[in-house]
Amino acid sequence: MSIEARNVTKAFGAFTALRDVSLEVRTGELVALLGPSGSGKTTLLRIIAGLEVPDRGSILFHGEDATDRRVQDRRVGFVFQHYALFRHMSVFENVAFGLRVMPRRARPTRGEIRARVRRLLSLVQLDWLADRYPSQLSGGQRQRVALARALAVEPKVLLLDEPFGALDAKVRQELRRWLRRLHGEINVTGVLVTHDQEEALEVADRVVVMNAGRIEQVGTPEEVFHHPATEFVMNFLGHVNVFHGRVEGDKAFFGALELEYPNGASTGSLAVRGFVRPHDLEIDLQPGETTLVEGQIAHVNAAGPQVKVELATVMGETIHVEITQERYRALGLTCGQRAFVRPREIKVFLGGPPA
Amino acid sequence: MSQAARPDRRKRRILPGFGLSLGFALLYFSLIVLIPLGGLVVKSAGMTWAQFWSTVTAPRVLASYRLSFGASLIGAAINVVFGFVVAWVLVRYRFPLRRFIDALVDLPFALPTAVAGISLTSMYAGNGWIGRFLEPLGIQVAFTPLGVIVALTFIGLPFVVRTVQPVLEDLDAEIEESAASLGANRRQAFVRVILPEVWPALATGFALAFARSLGEYGSIVFIAGNMPMRTEITPLLIVIKLEQYDYAGATALAVVMLAASFILLLLINGLQRWASRRRPVCGD
Amino acid sequence: MTSASISTLPRPPAQRATAEPALVRWLLTAVAIGFLALFLFLPLAAVFGQALERGLGAYVAALRDHDAWAAIRLTLITAAIVVPLNLVFGLAMAWAVAKFEFRGKSVLITLIDLPFAVSPVVSGLIYVLLFGLQGWFGPWLKAHDIQIIFAVPGIVLATLFVTCPLVARELIPLMQAQGTEEEEAAVVLGARGWQTFFRVTLPNIKWGLLYGVILCNARAMGEFGAVSVVSGHIRGLTNTMTLHVEILYNEYNFVGAFAVASLLTLLALLTLGAKSLVEWQTRRRPAESGSAAPDAAAMGPLTPVPLQPVSEKTRNEH
Repeated sequence: MSIEARNVTKAFGAFTALRDVSLEVRTGELVALLGPSGSGKTTLLRIIAGLEVPDRGSILFHGEDATDRRVQDRRVGFVFQHYALFRHMSVFENVAFGLRVMPRRARPTRGEIRARVRRLLSLVQLDWLADRYPSQLSGGQRQRVALARALAVEPKVLLLDEPFGALDAKVRQELRRWLRRLHGEINVTGVLVTHDQEEALEVADRVVVMNAGRIEQVGTPEEVFHHPATEFVMNFLGHVNVFHGRVEGDKAFFGALELEYPNGASTGSLAVRGFVRPHDLEIDLQPGETTLVEGQIAHVNAAGPQVKVELATVMGETIHVEITQERYRALGLTCGQRAFVRPREIKVFLGGPPA
Repeated sequence: MSQAARPDRRKRRILPGFGLSLGFALLYFSLIVLIPLGGLVVKSAGMTWAQFWSTVTAPRVLASYRLSFGASLIGAAINVVFGFVVAWVLVRYRFPLRRFIDALVDLPFALPTAVAGISLTSMYAGNGWIGRFLEPLGIQVAFTPLGVIVALTFIGLPFVVRTVQPVLEDLDAEIEESAASLGANRRQAFVRVILPEVWPALATGFALAFARSLGEYGSIVFIAGNMPMRTEITPLLIVIKLEQYDYAGATALAVVMLAASFILLLLINGLQRWASRRRPVCGD
Repeated sequence: MTSASISTLPRPPAQRATAEPALVRWLLTAVAIGFLALFLFLPLAAVFGQALERGLGAYVAALRDHDAWAAIRLTLITAAIVVPLNLVFGLAMAWAVAKFEFRGKSVLITLIDLPFAVSPVVSGLIYVLLFGLQGWFGPWLKAHDIQIIFAVPGIVLATLFVTCPLVARELIPLMQAQGTEEEEAAVVLGARGWQTFFRVTLPNIKWGLLYGVILCNARAMGEFGAVSVVSGHIRGLTNTMTLHVEILYNEYNFVGAFAVASLLTLLALLTLGAKSLVEWQTRRRPAESGSAAPDAAAMGPLTPVPLQPVSEKTRNEH
């Protein structure tokens, strides 16, 4: 089932959580709403679920206006950030809840409920914990119970609020992959909220980057990572180095470096900022034609798949560079050494340095 | 367009039963509490100001204010001192029967006031368990203002203990430790670190005990002896006026008491806000 | 005796630096226990001591008295009417206040305490002014031969007034601490209003509710001042237990008075015991499930200290 948000606005008192947000999620897709806290992503998720009422705008399920449909009737699966398991019920009863509260006509028989709950618990690999209470489970187990409970009513839409937020890094990794697989197995449209860009990029088919109640960019993980539409997206998705330059005509200048800037300003000279990710920078021992800046090696961290190098420029700025282990060995870098930085790719946005 | 069609969207609540629960609660509370109390005020408005004033400032009434206020203040003050010690000991030290004693602190609230009244009276009467030792010393408790203070100390006891206790429990051990590590001795740490934290709770407890004492009736009427001008409390005067079918007089006194209660309620509320501002509740 | 083995809390060694000297600890504990002995244990013991002064036979005989039984019956009837009504009120009030945001909420929470702030005598008086012979509805009630004041309805009304905040006060902090997530989860899973309430909310608050009911019951049975004003003290008819205690005492029938008083004292002790039991129950099963809800911490003390002013609920992301 497809989900569509049309011009949704929502305020809590003086705080505007969403400003005229529109979004389409296609059937069967898994979309991540990514943004810092306060960006409105959870509010959007709760509005889709019906747990919050938008001040303006509408929500459509499968092309039908569902804005005024009550949350009970939306048949969405919702996984809460802190799971919201019923603490006085066993794992089994938690999962069975959605089936037990169905109107009598639609309610499955006791036997059917038992069978379906068993099936779901084995799907989330927790059938051996059916009689435990939530307080006796680990975080990862609770999270999976919450998911099984949400899936019990066979929702067409699955909404997850920071599903891995409260878990430690290792469990988080496992569950991420597991969720990806699960989404492939069951036919459901999924929306998940996260503030962790790595998580969004790894799990989702498409990523919606949000900031201050607005959508900054929608795209596949590759698109938003490699072709960020705005400075915010560029900044939010990983480390970035900022360089200040100017645009004149269809050329951009960063120090001595001259770049093509095809859609540049036609008149005068404008301040611009260039954004380069650490892994898009290269280090040379000799200046070259495409050298952007020169500096001294300030710090090297070679423990990891990539070598992280920090350079200090004469202006006192710090530049972060990531190079391969091979390249690092080939260069033989030591602290205090002079080196030259060359960008492989630079993203240019109009605007001067912040006042 | 469609927005205009749903003007009450903001009012829609996700969880059910808001209208029903609030509506019922307000109706019930109004019928049982607010309207009858309002009736009292309206009834008193039927008197002329002169009538009202002469009733509430009659000498016998003034004497009752003095006793009610004075004894309540003294009782609450005794409770601030000893209630703090009790709370401190219950929170900080471990000794046999501590849990039992802790549970028993609430007794003055759970015990019917009339029972407390006759029990205290029997203890402090001339031949009572305590009275027989005080009598030879020339100290008379029962049927004197002293007896009223004893009863009000009993009544107010749990309030100070129960407001101070949670504050002491929440007191971060690290604060005291850092005070100690900065060279403060125990007395300095207490005066400069602990007392400022506990102070708002002590004030709240004092006000609660005082408010409760001011209106107290059951535990006092037995021990006070109820001699006009000497050991009559204000609530008792209301009862006496009622028994003499002096409804207007009873109403006038009740309005004065209601006003005092209301002021104290607001004061306690303010104290509570102050106390909770001083103790930021950690969110997540 | 009881203070034979005072020790400080088992805390990390660093705490040693911030503990009082042993002498001070002893002294403080002795002062505290001495104070409590004088003002709590002795009055408590005095009730039973006086009741049994003339032996068990006299005690039992006093309780078998016809008027005593009538008083006990009236007290039980009053509690049986008052407690369920205040239970429903408490649930409704707590649900509205703890689960929703609305204007005037903090005012409402302050007003809940009004019946505690008002003198019990005034609580009785207001009903006399409304329903008494001289009261507003007096003539109408007389014309229709309905008696409220100096009759059972008046006693019930006055008791309702005095005890009406108790259940609500017990539930509000508990339900606020539990938040709304579990109810939201139930609603998303398709549960209707009453299903959500009975299957999710009620099981989560059952101990607090039970405790509120016990407390309300104890106060309803033990109310004196308010009831005294509206009852009329008609022996065997409008005498509750506390009023009967007063009458017997004023007639110098001390054994009789303290015998009935001992029953009320046992009720109070039972209430304190129930409170400890409920606390122990909620602590035994720490509810550290998904939604963090410190039930035990949210259990207020028995004595009505003010509820925490409602803080703006942390909603969503801001």
